[in-house]
Amino acid sequence: MPASESYPDDLLYHPEHDWARIEDDEAVLGITWFAQDSLGELVHYEPPEVGTTVAKDAPYGEIESVKAVSDVIAPLSGEVLEVNAKAVEEPEIVNDDPYGEGWLIRIRISDPDEADDLLDADAYRALVAEQ
Amino acid sequence: MEATLSRTPLYARHLELGARMVPFAGYEMPVQYEGVIAEHRAVRADCGAFDVSHMAELHVDGPTAGAFLQSVLSNDVDRLEDGRAQYTLITNERGGIVDDVILYRFAYGQYLVIANASNRATAYAWLKEREPRGTEVRDASDEYALVAVQGPRSLERLGLPDAKPFTHRMGELDGIEVLVSYTGYTGERGVELCCAVEDAAALWDRVLERGAVPCGLGARDSLRLEVCYPLHGADITPETDAISAGLEWACALHTDFTGVAELRRIAEHGPERRLVPFVMEEKAIPRKGMAIFGGGEVTSGTHSPMLDRGIGLGYVPAASAREGAELVIDVRGKPRRARVVSKPIYRKGA
Repeated sequence: MPASESYPDDLLYHPEHDWARIEDDEAVLGITWFAQDSLGELVHYEPPEVGTTVAKDAPYGEIESVKAVSDVIAPLSGEVLEVNAKAVEEPEIVNDDPYGEGWLIRIRISDPDEADDLLDADAYRALVAEQ
Repeated sequence: MEATLSRTPLYARHLELGARMVPFAGYEMPVQYEGVIAEHRAVRADCGAFDVSHMAELHVDGPTAGAFLQSVLSNDVDRLEDGRAQYTLITNERGGIVDDVILYRFAYGQYLVIANASNRATAYAWLKEREPRGTEVRDASDEYALVAVQGPRSLERLGLPDAKPFTHRMGELDGIEVLVSYTGYTGERGVELCCAVEDAAALWDRVLERGAVPCGLGARDSLRLEVCYPLHGADITPETDAISAGLEWACALHTDFTGVAELRRIAEHGPERRLVPFVMEEKAIPRKGMAIFGGGEVTSGTHSPMLDRGIGLGYVPAASAREGAELVIDVRGKPRRARVVSKPIYRKGA
């Protein structure tokens, strides 16, 4: 079942429709409800390798629907600690639960100050409303 | 040049159904309603309805129409009887494919060409410029709506009799006069219903009331690719010839039509490359334009909802164009293995 539209208050957002949940010096990253809804049913997730680094504003993976491919943009820089294997096996969980079971990677944050550039939920909701 | 998009007579219906609309061939068309995969499965298991009113209908009439069509189309028009339809190609002098069309014969000197939406102007101009005395080519696309109803239960749901593929007849659906054509682009049993523009919304409503699931261009593409029907502009173009594309069966090489000499030459010597269907062996989705190592190119690719794998069509050197051959596809910089399979990629019950 596709999730209904929501943008949780405890997350930070990147304007390219990605979210970060900061947990001390680590962060869990994923794509927003808006991103998964725009793409449609997801059928493939090409993750980065554990141990590689991701850079803020740069793509770290690809996610695909039947029709389209989209880069996944990192909201924060850091080292990849973990990839959500379930999202690789069953990409549809990203549609079903984009902020929960459908997370994409966990990183160790390399520059905590980068979080200051990200949007809070209200600012991101305003951005989505314009699209 | 910013062109405004056209709308089919069912545009308002698509919006009411919550379709996601996209520009396609100059039209605003529904790419999906509920979702591509659900729509795809509905057609494989039961019945789906597609608005294909954007396609072009060209009447070709007159005492010389049959001979004219024989000279510009690849298939054998002389073998086409009243009430029958034929898949055929408009070919250029190099044997390239200007468009792939369905030709309908109603009676002596009375034909209809249904052409791809994106080639409406090209196909019409091609035929019109070559029209001889005694033939009239007329673009009637704006007078008709076309609804494809496809899937194993489509005839039962529509209450229409079964008939051979590639036959057609005038009929009626819940009081609406339609041309019922036993054709389609999904590999399933089904029909394409052609009606007057003013009846389009009523026809669409009746078809959905009878249980057809509305389906968009997304499912149309994944369905046709699973059964290896080529898409003009992708798998076949004015630069690709029918022999290399595996469409020799639609070329009556004993007849005289535009480009036949070149096609005979290619058929005799064997093409340098061939269009082949393939299935990914690794988790990856091939896409149009990706390189195939060894000198090939993907022309169509998608995720197959029935196989739950990446599938595609692509041109490869003739030596690699055999069932079971391994291909390596450049998926945005990553080599991914695929295997050439026989047509169709998806077969019912397989």
